[in-house]
Amino acid sequence: MAHVVFTPNLERHTSCPSAQAGGKTVGAVLDRVFRENPGLKSYVLDDQGRLRQHVVVFVNGQMIEDRLGLSDSVGDSDELFVMQALSGG
Amino acid sequence: MSDRILVTTRKGLFTVERRGGGEWAIKRSAFLGDRVTMVLTDPRDDTLYAALDLGHFGVKLHRSGDAGKTWEEITAPAYPKKEEEEEGSSAPSVNLIWSLEAGGADQPGVLWAGTLPGGLFRSGDGGATWHLNQPLWERPERANWFGGGYDEPGIHSICVDPRDSKHLVLGVSCGGVWVTRDGGETWDLRGKGMFADYMPPERREDPTIQDPHRLIHCPAKPDALWVQHHNGVFRSTDGAANWQPVPDVKPSVFGFTVAVHPEDPETAWFVPAVKDECRIPADGRVVVARTRNGGDSFDVLGEGLPRENAYDLVYRHGLDVDASGTRLVMGSTTGGLWVSENQGDSWISVSNHLPPVYCVRFLG
Repeated sequence: MAHVVFTPNLERHTSCPSAQAGGKTVGAVLDRVFRENPGLKSYVLDDQGRLRQHVVVFVNGQMIEDRLGLSDSVGDSDELFVMQALSGG
Repeated sequence: MSDRILVTTRKGLFTVERRGGGEWAIKRSAFLGDRVTMVLTDPRDDTLYAALDLGHFGVKLHRSGDAGKTWEEITAPAYPKKEEEEEGSSAPSVNLIWSLEAGGADQPGVLWAGTLPGGLFRSGDGGATWHLNQPLWERPERANWFGGGYDEPGIHSICVDPRDSKHLVLGVSCGGVWVTRDGGETWDLRGKGMFADYMPPERREDPTIQDPHRLIHCPAKPDALWVQHHNGVFRSTDGAANWQPVPDVKPSVFGFTVAVHPEDPETAWFVPAVKDECRIPADGRVVVARTRNGGDSFDVLGEGLPRENAYDLVYRHGLDVDASGTRLVMGSTTGGLWVSENQGDSWISVSNHLPPVYCVRFLG
């Protein structure tokens, strides 16, 4: 199972503990996480299920390529990290 | 008269209260550090709703049943997911909640939300669930809407007729004025008499592309409406069917906001800026323009407001008048907040250091 970690920046808004989740793609893994934690989904994905514009997902330190379909492959024991752009002001 | 005000800002939601001796002060804060774009007090049950734009993490909606002491997150309006999507599709997602209003007194639980990129959403259960109004979304004219204030068009003004909860008037930037008399099942585009000199001449009077910055009605006489438009000020006395320009606003017809007396449709307030191409107060002096005769003439009011070197603007929802028509509140892009207790004759400074203010609303 993949290990999914969320940026601490999310914790002030909603509960987002790290999670273990199965799945062969980024989308499938996140689906599993959101099934256990439905309130988290809208913080990461938009109304159409796309990665939010200023949110990025890394798999083993590599930024994913498919932000629309989240089809980047995920292997057992892979590390996913979800974070936001470092902008604000 | 109202003694409490809700103020939404770039960095949180503030509750301001009147103390003895006419002093107003910030009493409570919520969502500190977060962009709060809109707030609503439901007059039917005093529930508060706060819309947030968390930027990276999207639009959120919170509800409070105890006057803002505690909040719970509820579902925000969201577009239905399109089942088939091509790569790079522009299927919509809510990017901002720009207006929130309660339905009629006969519709407990009904709420309306206006959003970017232009969807109108209705809740029938106090915000627990939301549904896109498809008849408006599917109007072919929407293809001609474009961004005003933001990159995408949006619904910033929703007027619910107190006589008939199925009758709504909407203001869209840039998408004109829309009216429904059947609760949103069908819509009519209004705007006869509005014009946009900044558009190509062929489109000057096209109602589809008009840019009402803010549209409001007089609650006691809802067929009387005022619009602060990108081109200037317009008013209607026949429920938005026809509009007349109001050319004599001093010192300028340009601005973003308008407030109207709750009982007297002839009395309205504006906060002018120099012009479209130069959006700062004239002469560095913040003033409020008030008419008491339907726009025939204006008083320019500035007692208690900055007189020089001031660059405050008041955006669309940054001005409000209370139910008595006596007190006004105004919040600016540079964090100024002022209250008037005499219809704008003079102003009391509440703060000069708030984050940029988006929306001010009197409570009760």
